[in-house]
Amino acid sequence: MKAYALFRKDLHSELRTRYAVNSLAMFIIVAISVILFSIGQERINENLTAGLYWVVIFFSAMSGLARAFVSEEERGTSLTLQLIASPSTVFSGKLIFNLALVFAMNTVISLLYAALFEGFVLQNFVLFLITFVLGNIGLAVSSTIIAAIIAKAGSKGTLYPVLSFPILLPLILTSVSLTLNSINGTSFEDSIFEIAIVACYDIIMISTSYMLFDFIWKD
Amino acid sequence: MVWKIGLFLLLSFVSIAGIAFPIVENPTSWYHFPLIPGLEENAKIIFFHVPTAWLTVVAFLMSTIFSIKYLRKRNLDDDAKSYAAAQLGIIFCILATVTGAVWAKFAWGSFWNWDPRQTSIFALLLIYGAWFALRSAIEQEDKRASLSAVYSIIAFMTVPFFIFIMPRIMAGLHPGSADDTNAGPVVDFKMNGNMQLIFFLSLIGFTILYFWMWKIGYRSILLKEKINKQFIRG
Repeated sequence: MKAYALFRKDLHSELRTRYAVNSLAMFIIVAISVILFSIGQERINENLTAGLYWVVIFFSAMSGLARAFVSEEERGTSLTLQLIASPSTVFSGKLIFNLALVFAMNTVISLLYAALFEGFVLQNFVLFLITFVLGNIGLAVSSTIIAAIIAKAGSKGTLYPVLSFPILLPLILTSVSLTLNSINGTSFEDSIFEIAIVACYDIIMISTSYMLFDFIWKD
Repeated sequence: MVWKIGLFLLLSFVSIAGIAFPIVENPTSWYHFPLIPGLEENAKIIFFHVPTAWLTVVAFLMSTIFSIKYLRKRNLDDDAKSYAAAQLGIIFCILATVTGAVWAKFAWGSFWNWDPRQTSIFALLLIYGAWFALRSAIEQEDKRASLSAVYSIIAFMTVPFFIFIMPRIMAGLHPGSADDTNAGPVVDFKMNGNMQLIFFLSLIGFTILYFWMWKIGYRSILLKEKINKQFIRG
């Protein structure tokens, strides 16, 4: 339950400044409006809609999720955290916080997409929901562990998307095709292989992250 | 010394055989290659392109193994070995990308069209690039070693997706893809005995060459560090 306490602590400090939430919300609005400006009056096809949906998700995640660990290093509180909690607890706490952030962020993005994009009509909603949940878990896990590396590397801002992109690429590619399937109304049975890939990715990333976090966290 | 001459002879033979042996419809003598429909003369790249792609993955595997070793023992020599392996890996990765693109120009008509195989080799290139970017961002030696070791292990976990899963489920033109009907799984039954023999000889030759280069690479890194330390002390 210490992990939950850590999550509460992060939530409180986040609600005090609202830095991550505000910057994320603004980033989402800016990214989507840039896409809308560039599209103009044209009606884009489903392929492009599914791709752009994940482009917005990826870059929003990159702008907001590094905060979890970088803020600890900036405030100089990471040593205290090392004293009071075991590495796996710290990672769990940060992971819960990032999961909450990712789910909130992607719900907003999906709502905005449904409202603003004509092509974003989900024929197979259950498939989209599964993609959404599994994709968000994978995104949160990978970006949390990379954020820990970045924070220890002296929080180089530009390095975060560079390091995350190759790790997230299998997830994003399969999620794009799953989103496309749910827009096209492909049946659940035909997409079972892609769902299996995303689920495998989540499990592999969760177990690897928990095994390796000790080495990042302890100097 | 003897094995170096042997390696030279082996690679010379593979190069000559791979380039100069004729492709005929009905192979009769031992140096004839069979005609693979859809590939024809383009099939000869298998002797040079596949070993580079293979070594890209082998180098990454070795880099990861030495990263794990480093995390267990905290010996900076292992970090140097991992670094040397990755340095060679990125060279072979670029070679595989370039030879593949040139081949694609003649076989498919364009240098690059995001075939699943091209996507996966591009992703490997990105991983190597990100790894070197991470290494160059950290000054402190042991911190750099442990963080890059962790990143290399995490990145290696995604490699099976690129190498083994994606190209086999997605439609692609690369020989050996999921829906490849005209060229088929090339290694299994489209090649005849001598083509397979030269292919595996080439694979073995390039692998020995890689290990030789890797040994020289990490020894030079270790010596460089040693000289630097002496310089600082004295």
